[in-house]
Amino acid sequence: MHRSAVRDFVVGVFVLIGLGAIAYLSMNVGGFSLRRDEGLVVYAAFDQIGGLKPKAPVVISGVKVGQVHAIVLDKNFRARAQLDLKSELKIPTDTTASIVTSGLLGDRYISLELGGEETYLKPGDDIAMTESAVILERLIGKLIHNTDVEKPK
Amino acid sequence: MSALIQDLGFSVIRMIDHFGKITVFAAQIGRAALTPPARVRLFVQEVFNLGVLSLVIICVSGLAVGMVLGLQGYNTLVRFGAEQSLGAVVGLSLIRELGPVLTALLATGRAGSATAAEIGTMVVTEQLDGLRMMSTDPIHYVVMPKALAMIFVMPMLSALFIVCGLGGGYFVGVTLMGLDGGTYMSSLQSAVDFDDDVVSSLLKALIFGLLVGLIATYRGYTCKPTSAGVSSATTSTVVIASVAILIFDYFITALWGV
Amino acid sequence: MLAAAEAATDEAHVRLRDVCMAFEDREVLRRLSCAFPRGKISVILGGSGSGKTTILRVIGGLVHPQSGAITVAGHEIQGLSETEMYTVRQKLGMMFQGGALLDSLTIFDNLAFPLREHTRLREAEIADEVHRQLAAVGLTDVDELLPGQLSGGMIKRAALARAIIRKPEILLVDEPFSGLDPVSVKRIEALLRRINRELQITMLVSSHHIPSTMRMADQVLLLLDGVPIAGRPHDLQKSPDPRVAGFLSEEADDSFDAAELVGRRSE
Repeated sequence: MHRSAVRDFVVGVFVLIGLGAIAYLSMNVGGFSLRRDEGLVVYAAFDQIGGLKPKAPVVISGVKVGQVHAIVLDKNFRARAQLDLKSELKIPTDTTASIVTSGLLGDRYISLELGGEETYLKPGDDIAMTESAVILERLIGKLIHNTDVEKPK
Repeated sequence: MSALIQDLGFSVIRMIDHFGKITVFAAQIGRAALTPPARVRLFVQEVFNLGVLSLVIICVSGLAVGMVLGLQGYNTLVRFGAEQSLGAVVGLSLIRELGPVLTALLATGRAGSATAAEIGTMVVTEQLDGLRMMSTDPIHYVVMPKALAMIFVMPMLSALFIVCGLGGGYFVGVTLMGLDGGTYMSSLQSAVDFDDDVVSSLLKALIFGLLVGLIATYRGYTCKPTSAGVSSATTSTVVIASVAILIFDYFITALWGV
Repeated sequence: MLAAAEAATDEAHVRLRDVCMAFEDREVLRRLSCAFPRGKISVILGGSGSGKTTILRVIGGLVHPQSGAITVAGHEIQGLSETEMYTVRQKLGMMFQGGALLDSLTIFDNLAFPLREHTRLREAEIADEVHRQLAAVGLTDVDELLPGQLSGGMIKRAALARAIIRKPEILLVDEPFSGLDPVSVKRIEALLRRINRELQITMLVSSHHIPSTMRMADQVLLLLDGVPIAGRPHDLQKSPDPRVAGFLSEEADDSFDAAELVGRRSE
């Protein structure tokens, strides 16, 4: 067969940059991680999650520290979200989890405001204090209702 | 009028007949792939012919498409004050649709037609019959390495197209329009999800590679042994593969999103 | 004439019985029965489209007739699958009209191909065998050339070398003299006769070149409008049948004129 060392080398380079492009897209852009990080798993139950979806970021002081893994309805019909956080985090037991919106009409995510307790959450614990999502329609409804009530004065 | 309906009927029957034949052909290729000897040298040569030689057109086109996306995206988003999301717009468009589809269409034109012509010429010059008479299966020696190489190469070409496109979008958005580079990248990264977007993009590219590889080798292999036959094999490869890519794109997108 | 062919039945290496072959619209072979004796050179003679190449392709299993039985070296091949045919083809070699060499491989790689694919010979042994065959057909210094760089006559000789490199029992030769000048024709003819003599290979040759046919054939199968007429060259030339005489003289005139015109080597 026609052996060409140059051609084989070129093909090798091609495959390397091809795989490199795939790896770049997967990891840098898509956020794929090879490290099976056994992160810190905690839970938070909300009355209303709004449009919070799995894979939504969990944020402390604006920095992403984990993501929402799954959301299920618990026996009290509250929405219980599983949060996968970085394993090295120490979350005080009086931390508050709030569902906030990025921008005015953007995606929902969870923001944690750390408390002051010296005891920390263990894996599998629930965050006690939660703030549900603000539903824009309710807010507008309240506004209209308040305006209406004021009229017959 | 009835003649028209008859013609239509015959066309449909012939099309279904082709579906059957191409499925059998695909099975033959699959069986050949599992039978020794492994045609590594031929495979490598085909990766060169189909992949390396397509690099220039893929990268240039990717860059151009990315730049256009950046420009159009910016002009539209800026009206809503949402130009910060340019990275997301360019990235998602490229990764979800334009990357795999345009790469496959370009590859069809370049590599697909070349493959069909090459195999067709071998039919005309009795080289395939020569192989048969030497007790070597032409599907194993000629078709299989080409088809497998096309499947292998397509996801990589698609990824390269996308990366060049992201770069093109970056160039337009950041360098020309003055967006912040970090904003572009973070918008891109937060919008693109590995499972939903990147995996489905690579899967699409893989399936398109299978389609083009199969159609190009089939049309070449079954071409009429005349020069008109070779020409017809080449053009029909491009037409059929292009349509198949677009139709399959819809179904993959619909099914993957479920 | 037919009697002469029947008498060789016992030594028939290849036999066709009532073979019917039709392509889409044309019927090419109509209930053809014939036998080709072992170790001899049989030439299938006829004009264009008479079916001579088709007979070879049927014997090689490249096309399947609608009906009829074909026996090749003791194997009944009608109805065999492609994989089963590969086993039969180990005993066959075919020299195609255009050579059918793989145009992306060098001449050396082309000849080495069947050995590399189907034998366990080491590279050094393969190289020896290839060079031996090339020398036998009179080709030197062509190892690194591609088929596209060879002349017509050289391609045919390389194709011949490739066809016999696996030492087949039967050699199918499709129009070996087409497109060649008279000097090359004589050269190929001499090669074929020598190979037949030295290696005892049964040869089935399709041709429309009468002088060479008459010189080298042990038996001729003449196809006139689908009607096969078999016999020894000598007998055919003296045949009282007007069609036979007409065919032989018509083709012969053309060939002899050409031979006188060109008197130089052109390879």
